[in-house]
Amino acid sequence: MSAVANPTRAAREDTPRSSQAGAPVVRLHDVHKSFGALKVLDGVSLDVGPGEIAAIIGQSGSGKSTALRCINALETIQQGTIHVCGHAIHDPGLDRRALRRDVGIVFQSYNLFPHLTAEQNIMLAPTCVKGMTKAQARDLARAVLSHVGLAEKAEHYPEQLSGGQQQRVAIARSLAMRPKLMLFDEVTSALDPQLTGEVLKVMENLAREGMTMILVTHEMAFARKVASKVVYMHRGRVWETGTGAMLDDPQTPELRAFIGNGL
Amino acid sequence: MQSFGLAHVEFLAWAALWTVGLSAIAFVGGGLLGFAVALLRVSSNPAARVAAIVYIQIVQGTPLLILLFLIYFGVAVIGFTGVPAILAAGAGLTIYASGFLAEIWRGCIQSVPKTQWEAAECLALTRWQRMTRVILPQALRIATPPTVGFLVQIVKNTSLASVVGFVELAQAGKLINNSIFEPFTIFVTVAVFYFALCFPLSTWSRSLERTLNVSRR
Ligand SMILES: Nc1ncnc2c1ncn2[C@@H]1O[C@H](COP(=O)(O)OP(=O)(O)O)[C@@H](O)[C@H]1O
Ligand SMILES: [Mg+2]
Repeated sequence: MSAVANPTRAAREDTPRSSQAGAPVVRLHDVHKSFGALKVLDGVSLDVGPGEIAAIIGQSGSGKSTALRCINALETIQQGTIHVCGHAIHDPGLDRRALRRDVGIVFQSYNLFPHLTAEQNIMLAPTCVKGMTKAQARDLARAVLSHVGLAEKAEHYPEQLSGGQQQRVAIARSLAMRPKLMLFDEVTSALDPQLTGEVLKVMENLAREGMTMILVTHEMAFARKVASKVVYMHRGRVWETGTGAMLDDPQTPELRAFIGNGL
Repeated sequence: MQSFGLAHVEFLAWAALWTVGLSAIAFVGGGLLGFAVALLRVSSNPAARVAAIVYIQIVQGTPLLILLFLIYFGVAVIGFTGVPAILAAGAGLTIYASGFLAEIWRGCIQSVPKTQWEAAECLALTRWQRMTRVILPQALRIATPPTVGFLVQIVKNTSLASVVGFVELAQAGKLINNSIFEPFTIFVTVAVFYFALCFPLSTWSRSLERTLNVSRR
């Protein structure tokens, strides 16, 4: 069913880009992370290949957000290695800005800049970081805004937009940097079902265009449909991993219980 | 002996200009210095943060009167005699204002949610760009009402500059009183001058607070 609904997914499975390209975009190896005495990541290993869409699921508190934040060097790890787009995240000499040019991240709470319009939110990084002129950045902003279906909202401030619209602007803001990898942390959790749909549609389009993505999500149907890899995290570990089909046939009682509760 | 009249009011008005001038010096000087200290206070460098904290604590813990004495007489001790009153008063009030403005602005900068820093960081902005393009514009909105409110404190505290021989509004009142001794009339007039300077500021501060609160939603 998913192959019919999403032809590019089928294509990806025919020519598995991840194994062919060799180096994965993201590779976590035996990552340990504690906040004080609280062990949050307990030996997490994970590979995500080019064009892959990995969905991380799991109970609240299982370490999903922390894993994403470690990938983007927002948290430092105590043990293990993380490689992202050729950057060694665990290396103390990591060039964080170079990493952030390659990786976009979208948060549950949008985190748009409230003093800037949608368009200005998007223009900021391309002008500051990539040295674009205002005019170039404005064209780019208009382009990514229409990509997420919000061309007519360019001059609105965040507070004038709905939650779903704000989240789409946040996605557009990341896309404007032309990242090689996109991270999404429960980007629809603050939205009501109707607005959730419009954000998921944007993400599905991105997936279809071949963007490498890691998303933490509670949307099981979406994970099953779009993800090439589903990762179930439990107590700071990768408990079970597989394709979307894994959700129909859980191997561990924990995942079975989680799906039972979640659906 | 002449009684209180138009000439005295004119003299007070002229002195009020010095009060305004001294307030302006203190606000601009204190603002620049205080802004620098506030930036140090929130910097990523621990030594800079500690230095800023120590500075703020010392300034806030020293009465303005003592600060003015220290500058006026202290500078003489280290060899510079005859410091002009305006310089001593301006320097003292600048330091005083910087200590308080730094702390007010630190609070405003830190009240911008941490997620805003993170979002800016994740867009590959440098620390300076995050500060100037994302954090400060938001902190500015928050900072405006308390800053204008503090301006009122500066205006009132310029009255202490008389101790180093600076003739501003309060000192002018004392001088007039020394010659005609009508303290009630004189100091009510002086108070009216202060009120005329401060009332618009505090009204402005309150209305800023209201409009910023409304447009926040
Ligand atoms: N900055 C932090 N300081 C202390 N504890 C934290 C911090 N961030 C997360 N935690 C804790 O780590 C655990 C995992 O959190 P998180 O990664 O956000 O889980 P999830 O996203 O799966 O819900 C939780 O118990 C949470 O309270
Ligand atoms: Mg989370």
